[in-house]
Formats: sequence, structure tokens, C-alpha cells
Amino acid sequence: MARLKNIEELKKIRAEAQKDLSVRTQTGTRIIVGMGTCGIAAGAREVMQAILKELEARKIEAHVETVGCVGMCAKEPLVDIEQAGKSRIRYANITPENVPRLVEEHLVKGNVVQEWAIGRLDARKIQ
Amino acid sequence: MRELSLHILDLLENAVEAGASRIEIRIEEDLKKDWMVIEITDNGRGMSQELIERVRDPFCTTRTTRHVGLGLPLFLEAARRCGGDLVIQSNPGKGTRVRTTFRHSHIDRAPLGDITGALMAILLSEHPVDLDYCHTVDSGVFRFDSSEIRKELENVPLSHPKVRDWLFHVLCEGEATLINEREERPLSP
Repeated sequence: MARLKNIEELKKIRAEAQKDLSVRTQTGTRIIVGMGTCGIAAGAREVMQAILKELEARKIEAHVETVGCVGMCAKEPLVDIEQAGKSRIRYANITPENVPRLVEEHLVKGNVVQEWAIGRLDARKIQ
Repeated sequence: MRELSLHILDLLENAVEAGASRIEIRIEEDLKKDWMVIEITDNGRGMSQELIERVRDPFCTTRTTRHVGLGLPLFLEAARRCGGDLVIQSNPGKGTRVRTTFRHSHIDRAPLGDITGALMAILLSEHPVDLDYCHTVDSGVFRFDSSEIRKELENVPLSHPKVRDWLFHVLCEGEATLINEREERPLSP
């Protein structure tokens, strides 16, 4: 019974999601969390959970994705924020406690948090 | 690592890196026989016999960015100190199965921990991969297959915020039914 209810819910979500899919690809935000062994050991999963919680609490709709190790293991957990038309910013050594400020500054106010940022990558088209 | 789910996440990430498109996860907790089995099977590129032998060595990695890989050796140690073991079966081109066993009540056995978070981290991976997850605690079963969900969603990705929240909710709910199963069990004399 619970399962059936879930599938019905899913169908409703699909219909809603399909409507805003095209808008999202042009204006969307992607948050990318490194989830290699090094990231996991440094607490990347908890950081991802904190990001999901913060986005939900603030009703911000952003894509969250995980990637493997990028080779900067000592700087994990690494969090990249990519917004359409802007450069991708890489933040290092992010903890769950840093997440509310990161979301507030970068996503809400649009400012890069300089003290945590370690790099800027060229803008590319959001998939 | 503090939780078994972190080891599981690590192995799932290995499977994704090995190009798997589908990963089966079986967690069996048999409280009567006092065993816990974690089995992860992927359809990635697999490993040669020579690599299987080397992979338990902490200084073995397929990566080129650094010269240590710790995932499997850490999991092996976690299993061994709880009276269990870690066995790898693999066929190049077909996939890999890693089966890990633990004495359930062993004092050194880390808790399973936040398995929902581990599954979410893989479902949100940039490489689309399907998880066939089955967790049993005695007679209680929670099964979740993301390929069924992906089919239902058509062109909407699992990482879509609305879908993501729904997935999280479904996984939490499923795992919660198993916690009830564990708690309702009468205490042994």
C-alpha cells in the first residue's frame, strides 16, 4: 500500500518536474561534492547531507551531485558551486558547520566566500 | 571509519569509477545466528586475478593522482577484527562482487550508520548508476530499485530537487521500518 502511494507521488513529481526542466537548464545551480575515499573519510557525506538540509530549509532549488576524487585529497571535503553564466568556484575543507554560511553568501547574496575558496574554473554550459 | 555505511559508500564509489551502470547491495542482518553480511555486486570492468591479489594491500591503487588506495584494506580490517572476512570475486569485463561478513554482536563492529546518506550520495552521482538495494533484519525486508524509479521518471534526472527530496523520504521511511523490526524483537534471556 505504502509502495503504491509512493509511485503515485512519483508520477505527480514527474509531471511537475518536467514543466520546469527547460527553465532549470538555463538558470540552474549545481553543487558538486567530492565523494572519493578521501572525501568520505573527511566527512563529505555529512557535508552533502547538510547542503541538502539547508537547501530544503531555505526552499532553494539547486542540483546536488557527487563526483569521485579530483586529486586534492588534503583539501577534502571539496564543494564546487556552478551557476549558469558564472565561473565555477571550488571551496576546500568544508564542514557541515560551514554550509549555512556558504549557502547564504554564495547562493542567496551572490558573493564568493573568499576565505574558503581555492579556485575559479571557467564557466561552462550547465547540463 | 566510524560507520559501516561509509565503507559501503567507498565501495560503491569504486564501482562507479569502474564504469558500473548497476550495483546490487545486499545487507543481511541475522540476529539469531549473530551474523551480518554485506555484499556488493557491480557490472563494472572487473579486476584481473593479479589485481585481486594486490588490492588488499593499502599501497595499491588504480589511480594515478597518488600512490595509496585505502578503501578495501580498511573494510577488510574492519571485518577481520569482528571475526569476519572480506572475499572478492571478479571477472574482467563482467564485474566484481565483494562479500564482507561480521559477527553481529562483536564489540568492535561499527554501527551501520547513515546508510540513507550513503545511498543518496551514489544516486546523485554525476555518472548515472542504478542501485538495487535490499536490507534485511531477520524477517523484515526493505527493497529499493532505482531503475524502476528512473523508468517512471522518463527524462527527469534523479538529482532533480523534487525527486531528490522524494527519494530521501522513501529511503528514510524504508529503513525506519527495519528499526521497528529490531526493536520489537523480544530481548533474549
